[in-house]
Order: sequence, then C-alpha cells, then structure tokens
Amino acid sequence: MNEMANTVRSTCPYCGVGCQVDLIIKEDHITRVEAPFDVAPNYGRLCAKGRYGMDYVSHPSRLTYPMIRKELGSKPRKPADLSGFRRASWDEALDLAAEKLAAIVNGNGGDALGTFCSAKATNEDNYLFQKFVRGVLGTNNVDHCSRLCHAASVAGLQITLGSSAMSNSIAEMKDLEVLLITGSNTTETHPVISTFLREAVVKNDARLIVIDPRQIEMSQFADHFLQLKPGTDVVMFQALAHVIVNEGLVDQEFLANRVEGLEEYLPGLESFTPEYAEEICRVPAQKIRQAARLYGKANAAAIYWGMGISQSSHGTDNAISLANLALLTGNIGRPGTGLNPLRGQNNVQGCSDSGGLPNVFPGYQPVDDPEVREKFEEYWGISLDPEPGLTTMEMVDAAESGAIKGYYVMGENPMMSEPDLLHARHVMENLDFVLYQDIFLNETGEYADIILPAVSFAEKDGTFTNSDRRVQLIRPGIQPPGEARPDWEIIQDLALRVEEKLDHKESAGFGFAHPSRIWDEMAELTPAFQGITHERVEKEDGVHWPCPTPDHPGTPYLFTDTFPRGRGKLTPLAYRPSVELPDKEYPLILSTGRVLYHWHGGTMTRRSKLDDIYPEALVEIHPDDAQDIGVISGDWVKIRSRRGEIEVKVLVTQRSSKGMVFLPFHFVEAAANILTLDARDPQAKIPEYKVCAVAVEKS
Amino acid sequence: MNKDKLIQLTIDGKECQVPDGTTLLEAARSLGINIPVICLHEATTPEGLCRQCVVEVEGWGRLAPSCITPVEEGQVVLTESERVIRTRRTILEMLNASVDLSHSAALQDQMERYGADPERFPGAKKRSHEILDDNPFYVRDYSQCILCWRCVQACADDMQYTYALGIGGRGHDSRITTFFDNLLPNTTCVFCGNCVGVCPTNALQGKTEHLLEKGLQHNEIRAHRRQERQDKRRSS
Repeated sequence: MNEMANTVRSTCPYCGVGCQVDLIIKEDHITRVEAPFDVAPNYGRLCAKGRYGMDYVSHPSRLTYPMIRKELGSKPRKPADLSGFRRASWDEALDLAAEKLAAIVNGNGGDALGTFCSAKATNEDNYLFQKFVRGVLGTNNVDHCSRLCHAASVAGLQITLGSSAMSNSIAEMKDLEVLLITGSNTTETHPVISTFLREAVVKNDARLIVIDPRQIEMSQFADHFLQLKPGTDVVMFQALAHVIVNEGLVDQEFLANRVEGLEEYLPGLESFTPEYAEEICRVPAQKIRQAARLYGKANAAAIYWGMGISQSSHGTDNAISLANLALLTGNIGRPGTGLNPLRGQNNVQGCSDSGGLPNVFPGYQPVDDPEVREKFEEYWGISLDPEPGLTTMEMVDAAESGAIKGYYVMGENPMMSEPDLLHARHVMENLDFVLYQDIFLNETGEYADIILPAVSFAEKDGTFTNSDRRVQLIRPGIQPPGEARPDWEIIQDLALRVEEKLDHKESAGFGFAHPSRIWDEMAELTPAFQGITHERVEKEDGVHWPCPTPDHPGTPYLFTDTFPRGRGKLTPLAYRPSVELPDKEYPLILSTGRVLYHWHGGTMTRRSKLDDIYPEALVEIHPDDAQDIGVISGDWVKIRSRRGEIEVKVLVTQRSSKGMVFLPFHFVEAAANILTLDARDPQAKIPEYKVCAVAVEKS
Repeated sequence: MNKDKLIQLTIDGKECQVPDGTTLLEAARSLGINIPVICLHEATTPEGLCRQCVVEVEGWGRLAPSCITPVEEGQVVLTESERVIRTRRTILEMLNASVDLSHSAALQDQMERYGADPERFPGAKKRSHEILDDNPFYVRDYSQCILCWRCVQACADDMQYTYALGIGGRGHDSRITTFFDNLLPNTTCVFCGNCVGVCPTNALQGKTEHLLEKGLQHNEIRAHRRQERQDKRRSS
C-alpha cells in the first residue's frame, strides 16, 4: 500500500521530548507514523500520542475559513459555537481585526491589550508574534502557557544559576549513574524520556530515587521511593541537603571554586533535620537519609522534575531547593549530572526562547536593559516599551479591572488551563475585543469576535525547540484545510494592516517569504542562536543552543566551566505550607495533572483516536477515602471546592495516597480548573495547581 | 575481549581487520557484503533466532549465525557458499510453509533471491489465527507472524521496558501473546507501538491502515470508531 505514500520527516507536536517522526502520508492523510531509528533524541521510540495521536490534524472540525461573531459588540459576550459566527473573507476578517486592535491602541494604549503566543506554534511564529506585539501594538503584554508550567523552574534556576533551561541532554540519560525524579510522572508525561531513564536503571545499573506524592510507575524501578505529602517539597529537599552537609557529602572543591552563599545558607538548614521532615512530609527519616547518601555519594547524579515541583505557590523555592542539592554536591556541569526541568509542550522551550515572555526579547535579553532595547529598536526601526509586560494571569486581573480591553490569542486555550476557570471565563465575557487564531474552535475561541484559521504542524515549515534545547525542523506534508494559513503569514498580514491603521511611517519588517528568513532575523538579534540556520538544522538533524557561531558544534550540556551568573548561588529557604490546606469542610487535597493518552486542554487528543481508549475523566481516590465516601470504581462523585464543583467518575486506586485525590485536567465536561485556586508563587506568578482543598461526595 | 585489539580474518576472499568483539555480520558489512537477515534489527538485541544470516566458517562443522558470532583471528568465512545458500532457501521455504508471508516485501525479495519454492512443503499446515482487534490503535494478525521476537524485545529491555508481550505455546503452536492471553487493554501495554515499529511483516499493523486496506474511506473509519465506542460503552 506504500506505492502512493509519501514520507515526511518532522517533529512530534505533543511534548517537549521532541521526537523525530516520519509521517507516512497517503491521499493527504497521515496514515502511519514511524520513528527513524538512527536519529536523536528518540532513536526509533515513540509513545501512543506520537504514533497514534496525529489524526487530529484531519478532524472534520478543523477551522477552514475566517469567521466573525454574528452579534459583534454585544456585552457580556457569551461563549458561542460555530453557529454564532459567520463566514468572512481573509481581507474582511484581517481588516476588521486590525481596525479593532488599532482602535484599542489609539484609545487606551498598547498596554490595554493582552496577547497569548503559543508553545505549540513554531519559533518563527512566536518570534513574529512578539515582534508584532512589541514593535507594532507597543506593549510587552505577551506571555504563554509556560507561565502555567515551568515559570517557577525558570525563576528558581535564574536565581541560582542565571539560566533557565534543562542543563543536560536526553542523549546522556541512558548512561546515568544516579538519578532523582521528582514531581514528574515521567512515563505518562514524557514517555520516551522515561524509556531512556528506565534503560539506565534496568540495563546500566543506575540507581533511582523517586520523590512523589503518587505511586507513579517510575517508583517500581526505584531504589528509594519517598512518597511525600503534597506541597512539602522544600522540607524534603532541605532535609536531603541537611544529611548531605552533616555527613560530609558536600563537594568542597566545587563549593570553593563555583559556588557562593554557603555561609548564609547553612544556618537556615539546621532546623531541617530528617526527623522534622518525617513529621511534615510523612516519609520515614531513615528513608530520607538513605536517599541523601545515594545522591550525595554519587560520582555523577542528575535531577529531573516536572510540574509537581513548579506548579506551586512555593514553586520557585522548590526549584531552588533542588538547585541547592546540585550545587552542594557538584552535580552540575558534567555529563550525567544536572538540573533538568522536563518541558511540557513541544515548543514551550522555543516559545520562551523566541521572546514569548513579557520581560524578555528573544534569547532572554531583558526588555528593561537599555542596550538590548536599543539593538531591537534600531533593527525594527521603532521605539519600544522599556517596562516588562503582564504575565498570563496578570492579564486576567487587568482584564477584570478594565485595564485590558482586548485579547489576541494564538494557539492557546487559557479557558481550560487557567486556575479558577469560572472566574477567568467571567472576565473574558467583559472584554471589548477578542481575536482568536487556532486550528480548532476551543473553549477560548468560543469567546472570540474574530476567528482566524491557522494550519497544523503537518502543514507548515518551521522549527520547534525541545526540552534539551535542540532546534528541530517541521515540514509540510499535507494540504491545509480550506483557506487556513500558517500563523506567521497571518501575523505578517495582520501586522502590516495594523501598522497602516496606526500611521506607522515605516514597517518594522513583516515581508518574510519563508520561516527560515524569520529565523535568520531572530538569530541575528540573539547571540545564542547566531550559529544556527534552518539549512544547518536540516543537515545535522537538530542543533542544541547555545550555538553562537556557524562552526560551533552546539551545546548538549551547560555550565562546564561557569554559570551565566558567575558562581552558583546557594539560597536559604523557609518552609511555607500550601495556601489552601484541607479542613473540616473541604477535607481532601486535590492534585491535578495529566494522563498518558491526553494532552493538556484536550483540543488535540480529544479529536483523536486516543480519546477512544481514555474517553472520560476519572478521579483517583485512595481505597480508604473511597470507603469513607461510600464509592467504588465506576461510581460518580461530586467534587466541590471553594471555587466551583464538577461531577466525575471514580477510579479507586492506591496510586494516590490517602487524603489526596488526583484529577486530570483534559476534560471540559469535568474541567479540573473549575476547582483549582488562583494562588500564585510570588516570584514566578505560577498558580498552585497541585494543592487545593476539596470535598468529595457520592452523586 | 579487548576492543583495542584488531582481529584479522578473510571473508569471501577479502582480507579485513576489525576490533575484537565485532560480529561476523558487522565485519562482512564493513566490506560491503550484504548478508540477509530476518530477525535482526538495529534497535533490538541480536538473538540468532532465524538463522537466515548463517555463514560458513572454514573448519567448523556447523554454520555460524553471523549476527551473534564474534570474529576470531585467522578465520576464513564464506557468506554465499552453496551450503549457505541451500540453508537460507530452506529456511525461507519452511517459514513460508507455516506463515503467510505475502504482505512482507522484504521476505518476498529474499524468496526470489534464493530461489525459494513456495510449494516445497505442500502438505504443511500454515499457522492460522483470528485477527486480534482489541484496541483503537493496532491490530494483531499472528497468521503473518514469523516469531522473530522483535516485538517482545521492543516491549521489554530493548526499547519500552513495559513487558506486556511474551511467547506462549510450543513448537508449531508457538505464538506471541500477553500474560494469561489477556486483551491488550488489560495488560501493562501503553500502546507506544514500538512493537509495531519493529515488526518485519504485517503481523502488527496500525488500525487506520488495516481499515484502509479493507477498503474503508477516512470518513468511514471515523464512523467505524464511533460505532466501536458506542458498542464498548454498551457492553460495560
């Protein structure tokens, strides 16, 4: 059957592993997905999502032409399905969008707009998006869902090292000696990475420490499994540090040469004894000692973490507590060591790298640094806002207060992913204008005034940057449906129209003929990318940044000789309990997360055959709690929090510990974020998705 | 074994020097000699199961499976001797007698290359199995399974570390199966499809392709899926 098939090499659009895939295309459909066996990072391995979840691109509900809300301007706006919109031409839709955006800029200033770029779109799409927002709309209010996943890891690593990416590569994983996995359900959220980590344990005798509130699958491979109480991470890692310091397992030479802050750090550590941790974290002190010794005595030990660390009101502290461990023991800057936040979205690294953040231009160059700003002003020929903009949730706040009048949302779904959804939806109802650009009408699009249909990863050129900073290509293999266009083309067309409406004498530059030329402009302005071109990525099947010159080989692991901030900084920490703890009325802890077969807000996977194997939300409840509530697997329960309530089916399992329930957030009919609370980490502004108090009753 | 030590040998009359520990197959490949394989795959551990890669080593009584036989100093090796050719042809004929190879282009090519007679064993009984269609992602047609073991290896310590697949039965009744013959959704299977990725025949096939081959259109496949979901809901 392969006679008429066409094969296109691309990058998986799901998670941050960035698996290389061969799309086997027949009659304009992806009929099979294979993985090349000789190419990093996955070497022939895929997971269910990558191999069987690409069919969403051909789903009949793809957006195929621009649309305009029928009842434009009526307030409060109500969520509408496609019947609430009428078909429009690209010219009409873009002209109207430009007019509305320009009116807000003219009337209230650019800061009255909130914009969401996309961790699912390419580097080139995102570079152009933030260029449009900064250089034309005149605001730094640009952010994306990275805020909701690893903002705390970024903040913590910025404070301790001055950098914010995964320090080591996926290629090193199978040769690890000791590894610590915490707050990452790796087998379900980064399935292919989990195979390399298991390879290290099973084949190469690596020793594994798992620290997680849930009995996740990786715990079956662990030498030490520490099932801590949710939200007590800082105490746990400080206690590990306590043992390492007290038993003389610190790396004196590394501390002397590469680290500062030891004197300020040590006094605060004294109270964090393993016995204290046992009390707070409910993990035996002896187990904490054993784990600390294993990590502390290793020649090389690496730490991997996920949302369990970052999605917390003390997420930055959590990340710092991990960095402290690595700095104390010298486990960074060499192969097999490192601090490795496993990134969620396929291009969440790249979207941040490309300047999709309110405080930095591409390559993390601060907007409030005059020298940096001058460089961009000169290149784009326009003066730029020196003040960092608002983060995603601050944009919700500003919309509520009326400071923000309009949203431009590209390829994101804040109406599923924000905490305290009922509130976020309410805020959206009162905006003056919502411009929405995506491949499907998702829960956010239902609030749009204008819908611009974009193309999927399988229909365009560009690059994604995976979790280990590897820039990789995607290539078009099928025809876009209807009139759908690539994001970069839409942004370009829109930007030119807005510039005209704002009477800009000269364009900031939106005349690109191909994404590779957009990349070139970004690389020219970003030292860490200067050695990378599409042509080179094509030739080498991917390049790790930083890569400052064309003859630089790229950088699989960071910090060999120095940290970006100079010395690594040990940072004292105090224990802050989670914001909302269980009480009589709401006696259980709710933790939210993901399952193997679904992806985030479900826009993609629920339109895929993946939905056939996991068609509905299930809340995990411990057998003891289930008995108290009087339910068995398959029963329905009502879960209530102070924000709202949902109904969902029960799965009784010992995976979650007693006193805690776990709920995936993929399912709109039981949207977990109706329950979660909008408590934020003070530095990273990331919400506390992993701990809130709920009551569960049989329904 | 000392990887720094070089071993000298002769393959099909050509001299070569390779590091200690190299297999005969790798040594032959370094000379550009193409030894046919069936069970060997770059992602799985060589097991020497199919014996299609056998070669003749001077002075040895039996043929050597080149994928798992390390080189030795001074060996004289023939990769296409008459005895080797006869063996390969017989292996293909026996395989063809017990398994439906019609969907495997690679094996058809080998049949042709070695002049294998599809009718060599007219009385032989082909293994026949019902197609197993127990999940949304792929179907299993073990009538086409040559028992190369790659799927079992991929599921276990060569790729996925999930251990959902194993071998059951004996002799002619040997087959790939799951623990207690459970349906895949009731096993540890996570539907990564890494087994499908290494399957040399169509024994493991994506369901979309399976339905397309049966003549369904893409919209009909969607309808088929919807129906299956409804049936499943009703039965549970």
